[in-house]
Amino acid sequence: MKLQTATRLGLYAVLELARDPERTLSSADLAERFSVSNHHLAKVLRTLSAAGLVRGGRGASGGYRFTGNRRRVTLMDIVALFEPAPGSRAKEPGEDTDIGSALQRVLTEVDEIAEATLRSISLETMLKPTRDR
Amino acid sequence: MVAIRPVQASDLSAISALDARLTGTAKPNYWRDMLAPDRHFLVAETDKGTLAGFIAGEIRVWEFGQPPAGWVFAIQIEPGLRLKGVGTKLFESIVARFKAEGVTRVRTLVDRKDHLILSFFRAQGMVAGPSLQLDKDLS
Repeated sequence: MKLQTATRLGLYAVLELARDPERTLSSADLAERFSVSNHHLAKVLRTLSAAGLVRGGRGASGGYRFTGNRRRVTLMDIVALFEPAPGSRAKEPGEDTDIGSALQRVLTEVDEIAEATLRSISLETMLKPTRDR
Repeated sequence: MVAIRPVQASDLSAISALDARLTGTAKPNYWRDMLAPDRHFLVAETDKGTLAGFIAGEIRVWEFGQPPAGWVFAIQIEPGLRLKGVGTKLFESIVARFKAEGVTRVRTLVDRKDHLILSFFRAQGMVAGPSLQLDKDLS
Protein backbone atom coordinates (compact mmCIF):
# COMPACT_ATOMS: atom_id res chain seq x y z
CA MET A 1 0.00 0.00 0.00
CA LYS A 2 1.36 3.37 -1.03
CA LEU A 3 0.53 6.40 1.11
CA GLN A 4 0.94 9.98 -0.08
CA THR A 5 3.89 11.78 1.48
CA ALA A 6 1.59 14.08 3.49
CA THR A 7 -0.20 11.05 4.96
CA ARG A 8 3.04 9.42 6.00
CA LEU A 9 4.28 12.67 7.57
CA GLY A 10 0.95 13.09 9.36
CA LEU A 11 1.23 9.61 10.83
CA TYR A 12 4.85 10.16 11.86
CA ALA A 13 4.03 13.49 13.53
CA VAL A 14 0.91 12.33 15.38
CA LEU A 15 2.51 9.12 16.60
CA GLU A 16 5.66 10.88 17.77
CA LEU A 17 3.67 13.59 19.59
CA ALA A 18 1.18 11.07 21.05
CA ARG A 19 4.08 9.09 22.51
CA ASP A 20 4.23 11.76 25.20
CA PRO A 21 1.29 14.20 25.17
CA GLU A 22 3.02 16.46 27.72
CA ARG A 23 5.95 17.03 25.40
CA THR A 24 6.17 19.84 22.88
CA LEU A 25 8.12 19.42 19.65
CA SER A 26 8.63 21.96 16.88
CA SER A 27 8.07 21.20 13.24
CA ALA A 28 11.86 21.34 12.80
CA ASP A 29 12.39 18.82 15.65
CA LEU A 30 9.96 16.42 14.00
CA ALA A 31 11.39 16.97 10.52
CA GLU A 32 14.89 16.20 11.78
CA ARG A 33 13.74 13.09 13.63
CA PHE A 34 12.24 11.57 10.47
CA SER A 35 14.66 13.14 7.96
CA VAL A 36 11.85 14.85 6.05
CA SER A 37 11.20 18.33 4.66
CA ASN A 38 10.38 20.85 7.39
CA HIS A 39 8.38 22.93 4.92
CA HIS A 40 6.18 19.98 3.99
CA LEU A 41 5.82 18.86 7.60
CA ALA A 42 4.77 22.36 8.75
CA LYS A 43 1.90 22.22 6.25
CA VAL A 44 0.89 18.76 7.48
CA LEU A 45 0.95 19.97 11.10
CA ARG A 46 -1.45 22.78 10.20
CA THR A 47 -3.91 20.19 8.85
CA LEU A 48 -3.52 18.08 12.01
CA SER A 49 -4.03 21.19 14.12
CA ALA A 50 -7.23 22.13 12.23
CA ALA A 51 -8.48 18.59 12.91
CA GLY A 52 -7.87 19.05 16.65
CA LEU A 53 -5.26 16.32 16.88
CA VAL A 54 -2.38 18.62 17.78
CA ARG A 55 -2.08 22.12 19.13
CA GLY A 56 0.66 24.44 17.97
CA GLY A 57 2.34 27.20 19.93
CA ARG A 58 2.88 30.61 18.36
CA GLY A 59 6.16 32.05 17.17
CA ALA A 60 9.26 30.56 15.65
CA SER A 61 10.06 28.48 18.71
CA GLY A 62 6.47 27.39 19.22
CA GLY A 63 6.09 23.65 19.28
CA TYR A 64 3.28 21.20 18.86
CA ARG A 65 1.77 18.77 21.30
CA PHE A 66 -0.78 16.01 20.93
CA THR A 67 -4.30 16.93 22.03
CA GLY A 68 -6.33 13.93 20.82
CA ASN A 69 -7.34 10.76 22.61
CA ARG A 70 -4.78 8.00 22.07
CA ARG A 71 -7.31 5.27 22.68
CA ARG A 72 -9.91 6.70 20.32
CA VAL A 73 -7.89 8.08 17.41
CA THR A 74 -7.11 5.43 14.80
CA LEU A 75 -4.63 5.39 11.95
CA MET A 76 -7.59 5.82 9.58
CA ASP A 77 -8.55 9.11 11.24
CA ILE A 78 -5.18 10.51 10.19
CA VAL A 79 -5.08 8.84 6.78
CA ALA A 80 -8.54 10.27 6.00
CA LEU A 81 -7.23 13.81 6.50
CA PHE A 82 -4.81 13.47 3.61
CA GLU A 83 -6.07 10.74 1.28
CA PRO A 84 -9.17 11.04 -0.92
CA ALA A 85 -12.27 9.59 0.73
CA PRO A 86 -13.29 6.15 -0.57
CA GLY A 87 -15.81 6.61 -3.36
CA SER A 88 -14.84 10.24 -4.01
CA ARG A 89 -12.25 9.54 -6.70
CA ALA A 90 -12.89 10.31 -10.35
CA LYS A 91 -13.82 7.48 -12.67
CA GLU A 92 -10.86 6.02 -14.55
CA PRO A 93 -11.03 5.48 -18.32
CA GLY A 94 -12.28 1.98 -19.12
CA GLU A 95 -14.08 1.48 -15.81
CA ASP A 96 -17.43 1.15 -17.56
CA THR A 97 -16.31 -1.91 -19.50
CA ASP A 98 -16.88 -5.43 -18.10
CA ILE A 99 -13.15 -5.87 -17.50
CA GLY A 100 -12.87 -2.40 -15.98
CA SER A 101 -15.75 -2.98 -13.56
CA ALA A 102 -14.45 -6.47 -12.62
CA LEU A 103 -11.05 -4.94 -11.88
CA GLN A 104 -12.72 -2.18 -9.88
CA ARG A 105 -14.53 -4.76 -7.71
CA VAL A 106 -11.16 -6.34 -6.81
CA LEU A 107 -9.60 -2.95 -6.07
CA THR A 108 -12.59 -1.99 -3.89
CA GLU A 109 -12.14 -5.26 -1.97
CA VAL A 110 -8.49 -4.40 -1.36
CA ASP A 111 -9.44 -0.85 -0.26
CA GLU A 112 -12.06 -2.16 2.16
CA ILE A 113 -9.58 -4.50 3.82
CA ALA A 114 -6.99 -1.72 4.04
CA GLU A 115 -9.53 0.64 5.58
CA ALA A 116 -10.71 -1.95 8.12
CA THR A 117 -7.09 -2.52 9.13
CA LEU A 118 -6.29 1.18 9.51
CA ARG A 119 -9.53 1.80 11.38
CA SER A 120 -8.86 -1.02 13.83
CA ILE A 121 -5.49 0.28 15.03
CA SER A 122 -5.60 3.04 17.62
CA LEU A 123 -2.60 5.23 18.40
CA GLU A 124 -2.48 3.50 21.80
CA THR A 125 -2.14 0.11 20.10
CA MET A 126 0.52 1.44 17.70
CA LEU A 127 2.56 2.91 20.53
CA LYS A 128 2.64 -0.24 22.62
CA PRO A 129 6.11 -1.70 22.85
CA THR A 130 6.70 -4.03 19.90
CA ARG A 131 6.95 -7.10 22.13
CA ASP A 132 3.32 -6.55 23.25
CA ARG A 133 1.94 -6.35 19.73
CA MET B 1 -13.25 -5.85 39.85
CA VAL B 2 -14.24 -9.07 38.12
CA ALA B 3 -13.35 -12.71 38.61
CA ILE B 4 -12.85 -15.09 35.69
CA ARG B 5 -14.11 -18.65 35.99
CA PRO B 6 -15.27 -21.49 33.72
CA VAL B 7 -18.90 -21.27 32.66
CA GLN B 8 -21.61 -23.21 34.44
CA ALA B 9 -24.93 -24.34 32.99
CA SER B 10 -26.62 -21.84 35.30
CA ASP B 11 -24.82 -18.96 33.48
CA LEU B 12 -26.44 -19.75 30.12
CA SER B 13 -29.56 -17.66 30.47
CA ALA B 14 -27.56 -14.53 31.39
CA ILE B 15 -25.07 -15.22 28.57
CA SER B 16 -27.83 -15.77 26.05
CA ALA B 17 -29.63 -12.62 27.20
CA LEU B 18 -26.48 -10.45 27.01
CA ASP B 19 -25.64 -11.78 23.55
CA ALA B 20 -29.21 -11.31 22.29
CA ARG B 21 -29.23 -7.75 23.60
CA LEU B 22 -25.95 -6.92 21.85
CA THR B 23 -26.43 -8.79 18.57
CA GLY B 24 -30.21 -8.62 18.22
CA THR B 25 -30.41 -12.40 17.73
CA ALA B 26 -31.25 -14.93 20.43
CA LYS B 27 -29.36 -18.21 19.99
CA PRO B 28 -29.78 -20.21 23.21
CA ASN B 29 -29.04 -23.56 21.52
CA TYR B 30 -25.71 -22.27 20.24
CA TRP B 31 -24.65 -21.25 23.74
CA ARG B 32 -25.88 -24.53 25.21
CA ASP B 33 -23.79 -26.50 22.68
CA MET B 34 -20.82 -24.37 23.69
CA LEU B 35 -20.83 -26.20 27.05
CA ALA B 36 -19.14 -29.18 25.34
CA PRO B 37 -16.12 -30.33 27.38
CA ASP B 38 -13.58 -29.56 24.63
CA ARG B 39 -14.60 -25.90 24.58
CA HIS B 40 -12.99 -23.15 26.60
CA PHE B 41 -15.92 -21.10 27.79
CA LEU B 42 -15.19 -18.54 30.52
CA VAL B 43 -17.25 -15.90 32.24
CA ALA B 44 -16.30 -12.68 34.00
CA GLU B 45 -18.36 -12.17 37.14
CA THR B 46 -18.73 -8.93 39.08
CA ASP B 47 -18.26 -8.94 42.86
CA LYS B 48 -22.05 -8.80 43.06
CA GLY B 49 -22.25 -12.09 41.19
CA THR B 50 -23.65 -10.67 37.95
CA LEU B 51 -22.34 -11.41 34.46
CA ALA B 52 -19.79 -8.86 33.22
CA GLY B 53 -18.89 -10.74 30.06
CA PHE B 54 -17.84 -14.03 28.53
CA ILE B 55 -15.43 -15.55 26.03
CA ALA B 56 -15.66 -18.85 24.18
CA GLY B 57 -13.25 -20.79 22.01
CA GLU B 58 -11.52 -24.10 21.41
CA ILE B 59 -8.34 -25.60 20.10
CA ARG B 60 -8.71 -26.69 16.50
CA VAL B 61 -6.23 -29.08 14.98
CA TRP B 62 -5.39 -28.81 11.27
CA GLU B 63 -8.39 -26.57 10.73
CA PHE B 64 -8.07 -25.34 7.12
CA GLY B 65 -4.71 -27.09 6.93
CA GLN B 66 -3.23 -24.99 9.73
CA PRO B 67 -1.27 -26.42 12.68
CA PRO B 68 -3.12 -26.54 16.03
CA ALA B 69 -4.25 -23.12 17.25
CA GLY B 70 -6.64 -21.70 19.81
CA TRP B 71 -9.70 -20.13 18.21
CA VAL B 72 -11.80 -17.49 19.90
CA PHE B 73 -15.39 -17.78 18.67
CA ALA B 74 -17.08 -15.14 20.74
CA ILE B 75 -16.48 -12.41 23.29
CA GLN B 76 -19.10 -10.08 24.71
CA ILE B 77 -18.82 -7.53 27.50
CA GLU B 78 -21.67 -5.82 29.29
CA PRO B 79 -21.64 -2.32 27.70
CA GLY B 80 -21.62 -0.49 31.05
CA LEU B 81 -18.48 -2.39 32.08
CA ARG B 82 -16.43 -1.80 28.94
CA LEU B 83 -13.06 -0.03 28.94
CA LYS B 84 -12.34 -1.42 32.40
CA GLY B 85 -10.14 -4.32 31.32
CA VAL B 86 -12.81 -7.05 31.51
CA GLY B 87 -12.28 -8.11 27.88
CA THR B 88 -8.52 -8.13 28.31
CA LYS B 89 -8.83 -10.32 31.42
CA LEU B 90 -11.08 -12.77 29.58
CA PHE B 91 -8.78 -12.83 26.56
CA GLU B 92 -5.67 -13.36 28.69
CA SER B 93 -7.42 -16.15 30.59
CA ILE B 94 -8.44 -18.08 27.48
CA VAL B 95 -4.96 -17.59 25.99
CA ALA B 96 -3.42 -19.00 29.19
CA ARG B 97 -5.65 -22.06 28.83
CA PHE B 98 -4.70 -22.49 25.17
CA LYS B 99 -1.02 -22.22 26.06
CA ALA B 100 -1.43 -24.74 28.87
CA GLU B 101 -2.66 -27.17 26.22
CA GLY B 102 0.46 -26.59 24.17
CA VAL B 103 -0.69 -24.32 21.34
CA THR B 104 1.35 -21.28 20.42
CA ARG B 105 -1.14 -19.31 18.33
CA VAL B 106 -4.54 -17.77 18.91
CA ARG B 107 -6.93 -16.88 16.09
CA THR B 108 -10.31 -15.38 15.56
CA LEU B 109 -12.56 -14.20 12.74
CA VAL B 110 -14.00 -10.70 12.83
CA ASP B 111 -16.50 -8.78 10.72
CA ARG B 112 -14.29 -6.18 9.03
CA LYS B 113 -16.96 -3.52 9.54
CA ASP B 114 -17.06 -4.16 13.30
CA HIS B 115 -14.40 -1.65 14.27
CA LEU B 116 -15.02 -2.05 17.99
CA ILE B 117 -14.15 -5.73 18.15
CA LEU B 118 -11.40 -5.38 15.54
CA SER B 119 -9.78 -2.68 17.67
CA PHE B 120 -10.10 -4.84 20.77
CA PHE B 121 -8.26 -7.78 19.21
CA ARG B 122 -5.65 -5.42 17.71
CA ALA B 123 -5.06 -3.98 21.16
CA GLN B 124 -4.42 -7.53 22.38
CA GLY B 125 -1.58 -7.74 19.87
CA MET B 126 -3.41 -9.71 17.18
CA VAL B 127 -2.50 -9.00 13.55
CA ALA B 128 -3.74 -10.31 10.18
CA GLY B 129 -3.35 -14.08 10.15
CA PRO B 130 -2.13 -16.39 7.39
CA SER B 131 -5.59 -17.09 5.94
CA LEU B 132 -8.02 -15.00 3.94
CA GLN B 133 -11.69 -15.71 4.47
CA LEU B 134 -13.61 -16.12 1.19
CA ASP B 135 -17.35 -15.96 0.80
CA LYS B 136 -20.03 -16.42 -1.87
CA ASP B 137 -23.68 -15.48 -1.95
CA LEU B 138 -25.69 -18.61 -2.78
CA SER B 139 -29.14 -17.06 -2.93
